[in-house]
Amino acid sequence: MSTTINETGQYITFKLGNELFAINVAQVREVLELPQITKVPTAPGYMRGVVNVRGKAIPVIDLRLKFGLPSTPDTVNSRIVVLELELDGETTVVGGIADSVHEVIELEPGQINPPPRIAMRWRTELIQGMGKRGDEFIIILDINRVFVSAETALLETAAAEAPALPAA
Amino acid sequence: MNQRDPVQTFLTEAEDLLTRIEEITLELAPDEAHGDRLNELFRAFHTLKGSGAMFGFDAVAGFTHHIETVLDQVREGRLALSEELISLILRSKDQIKALLEAAQSQEPPPAAAGTEIISQLQTLLPPTGTMQPKAAVPPRAPKPVTADPPRQSYQIHFRPASDLMTSGTNPIALLNELRALGDCRIAADAGRVPPLEQLQPDQCHLAWDISLATNQGLNAIKDVFMFVDGGSEIKIEPVAAPAQNLARPVPAPAARAEMPETSAGPAKAAPAPAGDPLARKVSAKDASVRVPSERLDRLVNLVGELVMNQSRLSQVAALANLPTLAGPVEDLERLVDELRDNVLGIRMMPIGATFSRFKRLVHDLSSELQKEIDLVTEGAETELDKTVLDQLGDPLVHLIRNSIGHGIELPEARVAAGKPRSGTIRLAAAHAGSSVVITITDDGRGLDGEAIRAKAIEKGLIAAGAKLSEREMYELIFRPGFSTAKQVTNVSGRGVGMDVVKRQFEAFRGQIAMTSEPGQGTTLTLTLPLTLAIIDGLLVEIGPDQFIVPMSVVTENVELQRADRDRNNGRNVIAVRGELIPYVRLREAFAISGGEPDVEKIVIARQGEDRVGLVVDRVLGNHQTVIQSLGKFYRQIELVSGATIMGDGRVALILDLGGLVRMAETQRNRTEATPWVPGLDHSISNIRQKTTAPGSLGALNKNTA
Repeated sequence: MSTTINETGQYITFKLGNELFAINVAQVREVLELPQITKVPTAPGYMRGVVNVRGKAIPVIDLRLKFGLPSTPDTVNSRIVVLELELDGETTVVGGIADSVHEVIELEPGQINPPPRIAMRWRTELIQGMGKRGDEFIIILDINRVFVSAETALLETAAAEAPALPAA
Repeated sequence: MNQRDPVQTFLTEAEDLLTRIEEITLELAPDEAHGDRLNELFRAFHTLKGSGAMFGFDAVAGFTHHIETVLDQVREGRLALSEELISLILRSKDQIKALLEAAQSQEPPPAAAGTEIISQLQTLLPPTGTMQPKAAVPPRAPKPVTADPPRQSYQIHFRPASDLMTSGTNPIALLNELRALGDCRIAADAGRVPPLEQLQPDQCHLAWDISLATNQGLNAIKDVFMFVDGGSEIKIEPVAAPAQNLARPVPAPAARAEMPETSAGPAKAAPAPAGDPLARKVSAKDASVRVPSERLDRLVNLVGELVMNQSRLSQVAALANLPTLAGPVEDLERLVDELRDNVLGIRMMPIGATFSRFKRLVHDLSSELQKEIDLVTEGAETELDKTVLDQLGDPLVHLIRNSIGHGIELPEARVAAGKPRSGTIRLAAAHAGSSVVITITDDGRGLDGEAIRAKAIEKGLIAAGAKLSEREMYELIFRPGFSTAKQVTNVSGRGVGMDVVKRQFEAFRGQIAMTSEPGQGTTLTLTLPLTLAIIDGLLVEIGPDQFIVPMSVVTENVELQRADRDRNNGRNVIAVRGELIPYVRLREAFAISGGEPDVEKIVIARQGEDRVGLVVDRVLGNHQTVIQSLGKFYRQIELVSGATIMGDGRVALILDLGGLVRMAETQRNRTEATPWVPGLDHSISNIRQKTTAPGSLGALNKNTA
């Protein structure tokens, strides 16, 4: 079960393809333009390598590939969201590459619905809720859970659906 | 944060004392003379009791009192030091530790074990009936006596060092203790008290002459001064005629005054520090400072950043090509290097403390298994980075357990095999270049090659008919899921295999190797890095990417000509001075695009007995490498052990030789498995090129069609 959201929180929004995602700002340390990434040999594809963030080598993960979306080349809009995760009781810093990072928004509990149980492209256990702003839906991620397992793809049927990516 | 919690200080001290107690106790052998050691042991317990009471650890003080009483009897020669007593002392030590831990975690103290130990201790005491239990808490209760020894008078001269009080000793308390020993007359010598305007209130200017008639013996008096530093003048002389002398007053020189009960002179003005023996260690005597290790870690990190910045500066200076800049930058470089060595040196600790943990382990386990085992340690003074030491304990415990459990035979079996009854485990540490080598040698039964073989076949690790060299056989032991223990005991075979141990060592860039002689014993050789923070590295380049090879494993660099490479036809081996060394072409292994230069470099590296060549484009030179962990996400990557930030801000990866050797071996096995046909190219890159170019083949077909 994902944790329910019952207080007003600030979220940073970013896009992967046409989909808008949000992560609680408490877990975001900073957002960076893409620096030079050092590839780590023999690592799986979604692990893009390591970057130097203020003198520290931080692993970088391609969120597209991590979520089971097809890879696209980096653009000028690509950003690294530096995340602070709680994994096995340890704070781990990791960078996630997003297609673009948008803004910090405030969402009240009333604006957030629990993830629908059916007809979802995304695996519900990794989603804290669906935020609604205007007529736009925002997927609020439980980012710790996303990173707990190395294999978790966010897409329900990642392999089958990977080639086509119509906006939901 | 400079003022540390005194209770915390006590706990740290207590831990040291307990460690020391265990060390001494294990050195004690029954029925031997051991005056000094016994005294030290007694003092350690005594300090625990006194300080424990002072900081509110009454349970500790109460318990410690009992063991102290018994030890005192031993010291006085009234009680023999038996094997039973030694093990009781050890158990007491454990109990005190448990009490301290319970007090910290606010749990009820584990009383039952304590009561049992106390009752056993009491049965050891001579049954004279004079051993009535006394209040445990007062720091120095009157000595228990069994017979009534004759009263003896002593003339004591006590001139404390002027800084006595700064080390936390209160001379008044000492005098009061003397008073408690018997009839006592104390005369203060105020001859050295300076005029008021020069008087330092925190110094002790007084001296005392004391006449004491007591039946407690000389030791009791000495105990009073046990914690007084060497800087003080203490003379204790027995006076010929007992007791009667006391009637006569002490001859009082001019400046001497009979000391009034309340007058403490300048001592009163002293900011009486919280008590006696505890603060002593902090005094200038051993001139060392206790620093919390987080602060040291912070310092090491800062130096790491300094080294990084310095290399950036050097790079800029080299580009600027200004002679006026080059000089100072060079000086700075030298200073930073020296600073780095010194700071890392602070974190270096002798391995002895880790070794002494194992004495207890061997003692307990060998009695549990009815084996007779001596543990011999060598090179206890060898220093290692504390972070390495901290991680070393667990895997070492496992290896020694293995030696005790599987290696050393039962005494009867040993005698039958013509060996001495008691087995020996030798634990030795020594420096070797920038590594520390630890060897664990036992003179047990050695490894059973056939058993290993059978087990490996049973577990499906090797094929039934496989031919294995001796070394490959030992390698099997480190494979996951391998354990030859026939029965699961408390000692070994807890499901933690040697593979875990190997991985633990490799986690901090240690290496492990094993040799064995059937019937003669087994030797494990562990090679560990001196430090985990900063290493000497060899900077190499492949295409645009830079990598670091730890210098400690590099033996030499040789050239690889394209012609040589082609001639070998994909068998990746090179002859270096008559020895064939397999090499890994890192460009291929790491899938780095681009073409290689005509002349590549092979960095020859050694891991244990293995040598492997790493083929790179260029060798750039020596590089001070500040190691950063790659964290969880890259833990599975075998070929890389960490990362470092380069002068230009890029991240370079540190190569892991263990992983590369394994890679070279699988590669060699693969090439050996396929028979080599002249003219046929086996190299991976060529196979890949052929298989991934179907389009061009199709085009070719179309053209020819």
